Amino acid sequence: MAGEQVEKRGVKYKSSIKDPGTPGFLRINEVMLLFVPNDPKSDSKLKLQTKNIKSHKYTKEGSNKPPWLYLTTYQGRNHIIEFENYSDMHTCRDFVAALLKSDEEPKKAAVTTSTEQLSIKELELRFKLLKENSELQRLHKQFVESKVLTEDEFWATRKKLLGKDSIRKSKQQLGLKSMMVSGIKPSTDGRTNRVTFNLTPEIIFQIFAEKPAVRQAFINYVPSKMTEKDFWTKYFRAEYLYSTKNTAVAAAEAAEDEELAVFLKPDEILARETRQKIRRVDPTLDMEADEGDDYSHLMDHGIQRDGTMDVVEPQNDQFKRSLLQDLNRHAAVVLEGRSIDVDSEDTRIVAEALTRVKQVSKADGETTKDANQERLERMSRVAGMEDLQAPQNFPLAPLSIKDPRDYFESQQGNVVNVPRGAKGLKRNVHEAYGLLKDSIVEIRATGLSDPLIKPEVSFEVFSSLTRTISTAKNIIGKNPRESFLDRLPKSTKDEVLHHWTSIQELLRHFWSSYPITTPYLHTKVGKLKDAMSNTYSKLDAMKESVQSDLRHQISLLVRPMQQALDAAFQHYEADLQRRTAKSSDGERPNGYV
Amino acid sequence: MPSVAFKQYSDDVSLLVLLLDTNPLFWSNTSITFSQFLSHVLAFLNAVLGLNQLNQVIVIATGYSSCDYIYDSSLTSNHGNFERSGTGMPPLFASLLKKLEDFVTKDEELSREEGHEDRTPSCLLSGSLSMALCYIQRVFRSGHLHPQPRILCLQGSPDGPEQYVAVMNSIFSAQRLMVPIDSCYIGVQNSAFLQQASYITGGVHHTPKQLDGLFQYLTTIFATDLHSRGFVQLPKPIGVDFRASCFCHKKTIDMGYICSVCLSIFCEHHKKCSTCGSVFGQSKLDEASSVSDKKRKAPHT
Repeated sequence: MAGEQVEKRGVKYKSSIKDPGTPGFLRINEVMLLFVPNDPKSDSKLKLQTKNIKSHKYTKEGSNKPPWLYLTTYQGRNHIIEFENYSDMHTCRDFVAALLKSDEEPKKAAVTTSTEQLSIKELELRFKLLKENSELQRLHKQFVESKVLTEDEFWATRKKLLGKDSIRKSKQQLGLKSMMVSGIKPSTDGRTNRVTFNLTPEIIFQIFAEKPAVRQAFINYVPSKMTEKDFWTKYFRAEYLYSTKNTAVAAAEAAEDEELAVFLKPDEILARETRQKIRRVDPTLDMEADEGDDYSHLMDHGIQRDGTMDVVEPQNDQFKRSLLQDLNRHAAVVLEGRSIDVDSEDTRIVAEALTRVKQVSKADGETTKDANQERLERMSRVAGMEDLQAPQNFPLAPLSIKDPRDYFESQQGNVVNVPRGAKGLKRNVHEAYGLLKDSIVEIRATGLSDPLIKPEVSFEVFSSLTRTISTAKNIIGKNPRESFLDRLPKSTKDEVLHHWTSIQELLRHFWSSYPITTPYLHTKVGKLKDAMSNTYSKLDAMKESVQSDLRHQISLLVRPMQQALDAAFQHYEADLQRRTAKSSDGERPNGYV
Repeated sequence: MPSVAFKQYSDDVSLLVLLLDTNPLFWSNTSITFSQFLSHVLAFLNAVLGLNQLNQVIVIATGYSSCDYIYDSSLTSNHGNFERSGTGMPPLFASLLKKLEDFVTKDEELSREEGHEDRTPSCLLSGSLSMALCYIQRVFRSGHLHPQPRILCLQGSPDGPEQYVAVMNSIFSAQRLMVPIDSCYIGVQNSAFLQQASYITGGVHHTPKQLDGLFQYLTTIFATDLHSRGFVQLPKPIGVDFRASCFCHKKTIDMGYICSVCLSIFCEHHKKCSTCGSVFGQSKLDEASSVSDKKRKAPHT
């Protein structure tokens, strides 16, 4: 292959020949072709997987056409890329040609070169991780860019980091608009008596979410009784009737047309749902719903949608809707959020999905008879007042305090001691106690010794204590809990810590490559060994360079690192010797170098 | 070591609980006699009481077979009219000495009754630590205002490894209560328990070299209250002896086996843990061929 990847600036991307082209930046590598426009606002970004490229064509140098590269994908799309000059175009063309050729070869290439399809998302994820974690970035720079480890090997041990992050990147859901559905004003045409409503899928979704009766009617009537267009016409006729506040006309039309009546009546399904909610609520716990939720039946909020306060005849009550009802219903739906993820444009699918969701939530909330019974019992128990109850004599449970001697005696076990004559001990003890008592009597008689302490002794004590404290301070530092690392100058400390992490990384890859079975592993081990010797010498250099009072401690810190590296070197040497010895014997099993 | 500071009425009030070693087997062969030792200690107590009017001192005697409270400076009965047994002792400590004498007599009787299991000539440190912690706990619960408590352990007897578990438990409780345990070791060998206690709880450990200057050591190092310790440099030991004793034989060991469930320490391989009852699996060292052996076999096929 021509190289790992090709990057070009100053290219233009055209989706068709007539397209003037958007300027941007192009990158092609083994897996992906990426075009990013210079202008972040334009959206003609292009990302292609190179395996999708079927063929390529290019304009000839001699002709007076600009340098273009045509790419055709398996999906049938064409992409045209215009370059600044022909040499750029040629490099890209050669690269693409090589890619296409290699794609056709059977994939029996070395198992070790990774054939992971890296999605763009994953690359972005890796980039983000590197940016956030400077330690990781340092390691990455040190190893991958100096070709000691390949990119995939580096990330192979960090799958956890990558995996967890990708879960976080789920798409953020769009919320619902706060504009109310009933606020959709039609456009009126003054000349003809026509009123035009605009209907988008978003609005349809909102209508279905807010008015379950409409949704139910849609499912029932369309497509069996009427087409969708008719349905919506009727719906908007009902809306129009509402807006004219003409309840008499509304009643009249409802009597004629039964489907229209559905839209004009108050929403039965909603009322049923709220009644159920009220029944389900445990009054001892919280007031999740109360009768105020059933706002479709609260007729005392008299403000109609347009702000007037007309008095309506009682029989036409049901054809009126008040502003508050609409507001409440809309607010409830918006707060619930989008309950379904269906992005389809088909109204019927949306309606059915919403119905399903509502049914599921209803089924969850439905209480069986037993649950109801249990709830009632619980309520009566909690609502009871303690001081009005009869006195309850609970049977007392006896305390069971374990004998602490069990614990301690089980620890005694076999106490091995130097055997002494029992009698001798007794005598010793008795004597000792006698001495002790005599001392006490003596001091009671004589009082505190005078002088309590001789001045020379005192002075000696002081000087020895001072010496102790000052030497201890030099060795440990003021706080014995403080670690030695904190006393180092910052650069040295960072260096030591970085060496530690890089050695860990190297050793991890080194030990995982054994036993060596393929030439790839062999080269990898060789590279790792060189990197490790490099680090070893760096550690030595650091030990030399540090100040003399810290040198001992630094060498103590560095010693385990060097020991680990030594063990790895030994293993490498031993393995190498074994290998050469075997190959010199004449045995050449397959796969060995 | 900062303790529950918001309960203070004054920063430097201290409540000192002194654990006095009265193990006769130790005192029968030391360079300093018990009476000289007592005079240093009593003068030190006087000094502590003199530092602040609100200071309190409690003395607990650690005997061979038992422990007891000997002196509590907050009890007013100490200052009462006590018959002067001699011209020597100030009345402040007369009751202390009387109680000490009674205690020693009782201890002697107890040790006679106990029989003579062979055990190391150690004092009952675990018992006195527990008593000290109980007293301190009572002080904590007494109200809002109380002094900052600390424990000072004056000991010369060697460690008794059979008390390892109990002593460690007391040390952890002290750590939990944020009560530092200072220790002054006047014996010959090193005491691992006391070093660990001081290290874990944030107290001071010191081994005085010159025992006739004991008073000077005590007042220089151990008389500072907890608040002032932030400004004063006290001698800290360079290393701590962290050796434990095994649970089965009570020997002090450096390397051993540990139960991964309850962290009990054993000196030899056991099938089952005696503390928590969990069954141990087979040791990895018993498994046969290493990886390199396997690798060597492959090319020969």
